[in-house]
Amino acid sequence: MGDSQYSFSLTTFSPSGKLVQIEHALTAVGSGQTSLGIKAANGVVIATEKKLPSILVDETSVQKIQALTPNIGVVYSGMGPDFRVLVRKSRKQAQQYYRLYKETIPVTQLVRETAAVMQEFTQSGGVRPFGVSLLIAGYDDNGPQLYQVDPSGSYFSWKASAMGKNVSNAKTFLEKRYTEDMELDDAIHTAILTLKEGYEGQISSNNIEIGIIRSDREFKVLSPAEIKDFLEEVE
Amino acid sequence: RVSGIQHRQTASYPAHSVLFIFRILLLAGVNQPDSPSSPFPPSPPPPSQSSSPPAMSIFEYNGSAVVAMVGKNCFAIASDRRLGVQLQTVATDFQRVFKIHDKLYIGLSGLGTDAQTLYQRLVFRHKLYQLREERDMKPETFASLVSALLYEKRFGPYFCQPVIAGLRENNEPFICTMDCIGAKELAKDFVVSGTAAESLYGACESMYKPDMEPEELFETISQALRSSVDRDCLSGWGGYVLIVTPTEVRESVIKGRMD
Repeated sequence: MGDSQYSFSLTTFSPSGKLVQIEHALTAVGSGQTSLGIKAANGVVIATEKKLPSILVDETSVQKIQALTPNIGVVYSGMGPDFRVLVRKSRKQAQQYYRLYKETIPVTQLVRETAAVMQEFTQSGGVRPFGVSLLIAGYDDNGPQLYQVDPSGSYFSWKASAMGKNVSNAKTFLEKRYTEDMELDDAIHTAILTLKEGYEGQISSNNIEIGIIRSDREFKVLSPAEIKDFLEEVE
Repeated sequence: RVSGIQHRQTASYPAHSVLFIFRILLLAGVNQPDSPSSPFPPSPPPPSQSSSPPAMSIFEYNGSAVVAMVGKNCFAIASDRRLGVQLQTVATDFQRVFKIHDKLYIGLSGLGTDAQTLYQRLVFRHKLYQLREERDMKPETFASLVSALLYEKRFGPYFCQPVIAGLRENNEPFICTMDCIGAKELAKDFVVSGTAAESLYGACESMYKPDMEPEELFETISQALRSSVDRDCLSGWGGYVLIVTPTEVRESVIKGRMD
């Protein structure tokens, strides 16, 4: 972009009114592995590609989808280490809420607080924004919810969304396939098909990760065996 | 005191200053070595005109009585109206029961200033909660918040004992009390606090029965409050009773013994 001379300090606006570091952070997200989420009538599903740099990497040690509370899970696109820091902070905030109110944190509140953390890093000295966008999926008293949080700290509630490399194709595919009264199992199939669309190579139960939350409000990451069953149903 | 001192010959001092020195020694109670011991042992200083009463606990400084009771899909919360400075009554319309939202009330017994300040802090927290979460706080959540706030001041506490009463989302009544550092105590029937607490325990225990309708609950709690504060010199001067049902809130001021 033409205002590269303003891209050195995060806390300085460029003449076009942008914070260029945030634009760069979004680029980092855009070159990360594809991840997506779909909100069904009775639950939420989030999924991501898990392309490892080499076949020698132990895929069981890599966990891209994490639980923030027993009823809220999160997936990302972008820089893995930044994601780990955010997961840690969010988990702590959820526990602080519980300690104060003895009530599990509502999804909107956790999203709001995580977004506030990300925003802090766009307005403090000597730090850089997080290079991740998050998809937070949860089920609370307000039903199933799916939120996307960007490096700038803005958050949006989605019915279905995608992030990362293949975002435009994935979103077009989701727009065609999404229906309001989708059941969770349909949503899982749609998620797998969407990932398959943009996948370079052969999709298998070891190179994607899926997390779901049903009306029982327990977030779980599917095991490779469970993913295999869904994959077979799709094919 | 005068008899214990003997006049001694001193040289080269003017007479009036010698007498002055002796008067000072007299006042200090200093005995001359060869004088007989005084027949009167040193007496304690005479009591001052404005006598201070025996030491009172800080919880008894202002005097208070608060009680909450559970009825059938309703609850009642009541308090006395006296504000005293130790034994002197200073106000007869002091408010101890405060509204947090339509279905949640808190009564604060103990030190009046702490009751007011604590209430202000709690309302502040609840208003922010309402704005953030776009809903009212549930009674159990509020009780946890109060407990946490009180424990924050563990080593310099608020001298208050809260009584919390509310209706849950399914309109089931909820009551609880806690000590001044936040130890929660839930109850199914009634909770009491204040200087009249022991009398209140007795009165409530004998007068209470489960599943009372609002009118009967009102009578029961008023009688329990009135008879208990009559036995306590630090609380009384009338009562203030609130009956809360899912559809309405009834406030009444009870007339009692004004003493």
